[in-house]
Amino acid sequence: MTRIGVLALQGDFAEHIKMLSSLGVDSSEIRLPSHLDSVDGLIIPGGESTTIVQLMDNFGLTEQIKDLIFSGLPVWGTCAGMIVLAADITDDRPKPMGIIDITVSRNAYGRQVDSFEAVVDIPKLGETPFNAIFIRAPAINSIGDSVEILATLDEGQIIAAQEGNVIVTSFHPELTDDLRFHKYFASVVADNNFRNN
Amino acid sequence: MATGTWAVKTGLAQMLKGGVIMDVVDADQAKIAEDAGACAVMALERVPSDIRKDGGVARMSDPSMIENIKRSVTIPVMAKARIGHFVEAQILESLGIDYVDESEVLTPADESNHIWKHNFTIPFVCGCRNLGEALRRIGEGAAMIRTKGEAGTGNIVEAVRHARSVLGEIERIKSMNKEELMATARDLQAPFELVNQIHETGKLPVVNFAAGGIATPADAALMMQIGVEGVFVGSGIFKSENPQLVAKAIVRATTNYNNPDILAEVSRGLGVAMPGLDVRTMPIEEQLAQRGW
Repeated sequence: MTRIGVLALQGDFAEHIKMLSSLGVDSSEIRLPSHLDSVDGLIIPGGESTTIVQLMDNFGLTEQIKDLIFSGLPVWGTCAGMIVLAADITDDRPKPMGIIDITVSRNAYGRQVDSFEAVVDIPKLGETPFNAIFIRAPAINSIGDSVEILATLDEGQIIAAQEGNVIVTSFHPELTDDLRFHKYFASVVADNNFRNN
Repeated sequence: MATGTWAVKTGLAQMLKGGVIMDVVDADQAKIAEDAGACAVMALERVPSDIRKDGGVARMSDPSMIENIKRSVTIPVMAKARIGHFVEAQILESLGIDYVDESEVLTPADESNHIWKHNFTIPFVCGCRNLGEALRRIGEGAAMIRTKGEAGTGNIVEAVRHARSVLGEIERIKSMNKEELMATARDLQAPFELVNQIHETGKLPVVNFAAGGIATPADAALMMQIGVEGVFVGSGIFKSENPQLVAKAIVRATTNYNNPDILAEVSRGLGVAMPGLDVRTMPIEEQLAQRGW
C-alpha cells in the first residue's frame, strides 16, 4: 500500500491527513528529513509560505525534497504549497524551489477581506462543480508549455495545474468535505508507485 | 463568489496553525519576526508588559503605524481593538487588517458586551479563560480563540490554567450523555448548539491558540503538548536580550514541540529572557485576564 507524507512544519497539515484517512489512504507527518524515507507521495499544505520555506531550510528538508521530486516523487502543493513548488515568484521572497514551470504572485487576490469561495469546474474530477476556498490566495501568472491547466475561474485565471507528477492548487480542497481532489492525487501516487520503481 | 464567509474566516486561522504570532511595535520588528519564521504579526503601539507598566487607558494603535507594519511584511497582520469597541474594529477592517484581536490587553470599552463579530467581513480572534467564555465568543462570531493567559508577565501559569480548563471541559463534554448537554450549556453559560457540536465532533469549531505569558521555546512547546494549535508571543520576544535568536528558537520549538532533542538545541544560549512577574501576588485589578466575561 502506498503512503502519502504531509509536510507538517506549519499550516493546515492536519486537515490533509484527515482527508486522506477518510479515503483510507495511509499518511504520515513530515517534520525531519528521516521522515521522508517511507513515502510514495508528498503534500505541501496551506500555511504561510515564508514560514514553511524557512523551516524547510532550518530542518534540512529542502534539498532532499527537491531530489525526491526530481527522481519522480509525486507532490501536490495547496496555496502556500503552490508557492513553495513554483519556478518563480513576482516578489523576491521566499525563494521557491523551482519544481513546476509556473510563475506565481503572492496574495494576488488581495488581503483577508478579499478572501473568497467560488464554485469551479475541474474536468478531471467529473461534472459536479467543486467549492474552492481561496484564502489570501496566490495566483498563477504564467505557465510553461508542458504544464496542463486543471481548472480556471470564470474570468480565465488559472487556479490549478499539473506538470508530470507535480500538482498545484491556489485553493484549499482540504478545507471542504469534498474528497475528490485528494482521491485524484492518491490515484496519481498509486499509479506512480514511487518506492517500488 | 462570496467573501467574508465562515469558511474563509476560520480558514485563515487554519493556515496559521503550528505557527507563532508575534507582537511587534514597528516595521523593523515586523521584519525580524517575519525573517524568524513568524506566521503572522500583531501590530500594536506598546507590548503588554509596557502597557502594564505605563497604566492609563490602552486603545487601538494609530492607523499609520499599523499601515507601516502592513507594508513591511507579506505575512498576515493582526491588530487589537478594545473589548466591545466595534468602531475601532470598523476602522481596522477599513485598513485591510487580516485579523482583529478583540483584546483584554487594551482597556475595555464595554463592560457588558463584546463586539457582534458576525457583522464584519474580517475575522476576529478572542481570548478566553474557560470553555464557556470561548463558546460565548464563538457565538458572537469569533473565528479563532486563544487563551488569555496573563499578558506581559512572562509567566506561563495562567495560559496553562486556561488551556487545561478549555481542553478538559471539551473532554468532559465528549464523553457525556445527550441528557447532560443542556445542563452543561446552562452551567457554562454557553450556547447549547455549540455545546452539542463539541459533543458530536470532540473539538472546538475554530482554531485554538495559546497566549499570555509565553517567554521561552519550552513555554511554547509546553502549550503545544498540552494541546493548543499554535502560540501568540507578546512581550516575550522583543523584551528579551536577543530578539532574533529567541524568535527563531520559539518558531522551531513550536514546529517540533514533541522532539526534546530539538527543544534542547534551540533553547541553548538565548541570553536573558524577559523579566517575569508572579501572578499570585498581583492585585486582581491588575490582572488583564479578568477583563471581559
